[in-house]
Amino acid sequence: MGWFTRLKKGIITETKDKKDIREGLWYKCPRCKKIVTSDDHYASANVCSECNYHDKTNSQHYFELLFDNQDYTVLFNNLYPADPLRFVDTKKYVDRIKITTKSTGINEAMSVAAGKIDDLNLVVASMNFEFIGGSMGAVVGEKISRAIDHAIKTRSALLIISKSGGARMMEAGFSLMQMAKTSAKLTLLADARLPYVSLMTDPTTGGVTASFAMLGDLNIAEPEALIGFAGPRVIKETIKRDLPEGFQRSEFLLDHGFIDFIVDRRELKLRLAQQLRFLMA
Amino acid sequence: MELLDFEEPIELLLEQIEQAKIIASKSQIDMTETIADLEAKVEETRKNIYKNLTPWQRVQVSRHPGRPYTLSYIKAMTDGDFIELHGDRQIEDDTAMVGGFGSLDGKSVLFIGQQKGENTKMRQYRNFGMSNPGGYRKALRLMRLAEKFNRPIVTLIDTPGAFPGITAEERGQAEAIARNLFEMFRIKVPIICIIIGEGASGGAIGIGVGDRVIMLENTWYSVISPESCSSILWRSWEFKEKAAEALKLTPQDMLANGLIDDIIPEPAGGAHSHPEIMFETVKAEILKHLEILEQKDVNTLISERIEKFTRMGVFNER
Ligand SMILES: [Zn+2]
Repeated sequence: MGWFTRLKKGIITETKDKKDIREGLWYKCPRCKKIVTSDDHYASANVCSECNYHDKTNSQHYFELLFDNQDYTVLFNNLYPADPLRFVDTKKYVDRIKITTKSTGINEAMSVAAGKIDDLNLVVASMNFEFIGGSMGAVVGEKISRAIDHAIKTRSALLIISKSGGARMMEAGFSLMQMAKTSAKLTLLADARLPYVSLMTDPTTGGVTASFAMLGDLNIAEPEALIGFAGPRVIKETIKRDLPEGFQRSEFLLDHGFIDFIVDRRELKLRLAQQLRFLMA
Repeated sequence: MELLDFEEPIELLLEQIEQAKIIASKSQIDMTETIADLEAKVEETRKNIYKNLTPWQRVQVSRHPGRPYTLSYIKAMTDGDFIELHGDRQIEDDTAMVGGFGSLDGKSVLFIGQQKGENTKMRQYRNFGMSNPGGYRKALRLMRLAEKFNRPIVTLIDTPGAFPGITAEERGQAEAIARNLFEMFRIKVPIICIIIGEGASGGAIGIGVGDRVIMLENTWYSVISPESCSSILWRSWEFKEKAAEALKLTPQDMLANGLIDDIIPEPAGGAHSHPEIMFETVKAEILKHLEILEQKDVNTLISERIEKFTRMGVFNER
């Protein structure tokens, strides 16, 4: 589809570009019920101006929020999932891919773009939860791998925005090995002394958390995001107890020492640029 | 010995042997020949059954309660000098992960592995081979120790998964596994990883980055267990056989897909039927691979390790 394959210029994007985000002209906050126009909601980074509820948003929106003048190049959009195991459950994997690609208009669970943030070189790899739950298959791993190569070549910082249910079961062993593959490539980025910031958003679980998402020089998170290794349902079934309030949320991880800070999406660019300046400039 | 459902023909023969023994003891009739014949038949039947295991049957064998676990391998392979080294030096000693040095034909080697329990009490104690974060951190601490003194590392993988619990999450299960993946690509000594039983997902790969990743013949290695896969994708626990097939989790499939480096054959009837043969075979394989790996200079070792995993993954490029 290529709805963000071209360069974006100007702060106001045309209305037709935003149809993926908006369901209608009005947005009602699911928490405080405040109603705003969809345009205002989008302009507020999909964060409620009343109660700070962070509604989900997509990769294009993050790219627009982060890159100077909304000027960026989408990279590696020519990679598509394959079906090396000819996986069939209640559906064929190839059919799942077709249906998902058609309904979402995107190729895979990861989008990569490069540009500038506050004049510093930045590569952003952002996960697309709408594509099979943001699950990690070979394309996700390969895009991270190439994003790292690109960052090293262009002396850029790397930001990975995670939003994933974990592994792509239909790629089984291949999916599992992406944990190792992405970690391997991150050692090369570290050797090149280029900063890697991991932003965890709602939800970040499973093999994604247990590999690149937890390996940032800085690990940061959006407010109240679910972040964990095992899913809450699995834990509840295992220990046969109710889970404590706020368990596995960003604030819980901050308390336990696994993230550096929680960032309001409206301040993401500012805070990220500040930290990158400490490390790079 | 406990028999699996598909081993029924063996069970019948074993019953006949018992009968023959009873007859012999009660009636002075010489049953020696009959018993020897039956025992030969048991071996042959075993061989035939184990020649054609389905993926699900291999999963069953990998979990056989009589199957040897990590410490049994280490104790049998080393020269009697192994003792366990405990603790992550931060907060805990995880009993599902064991580690320590031992001599392998006089060569000092660090062993690490998940440990399952051999009886009900020990299974509880070992948390069914499901490590907490402290297990992964202990493993990393010991690997760094091995690196410091230039000793090779052997990891023995046998886990139904990393433990999903409240404390595990509080202490950063995900971070502990991720850290190991990252650091294992930088450890400057040879690492050999051997799946000796179950290789379930993140819990397995958390000690699974190596210059050689090898599976025993009747083991499995994948991103999820067949049962959990069945419950998520089929929304029922009933499709575990189908899931086991779909996941391509056997050593044969994993090797064909380029995701592991080698397979170690098991004695007929599986590792549990002749553990002493299994230990000897594994030891010989470790020594064989170490000899090759120890000739490589550190930079080659590390870059080949990184490149091997970086190549993994099939996708379309247009
Ligand atoms: Zn609100």
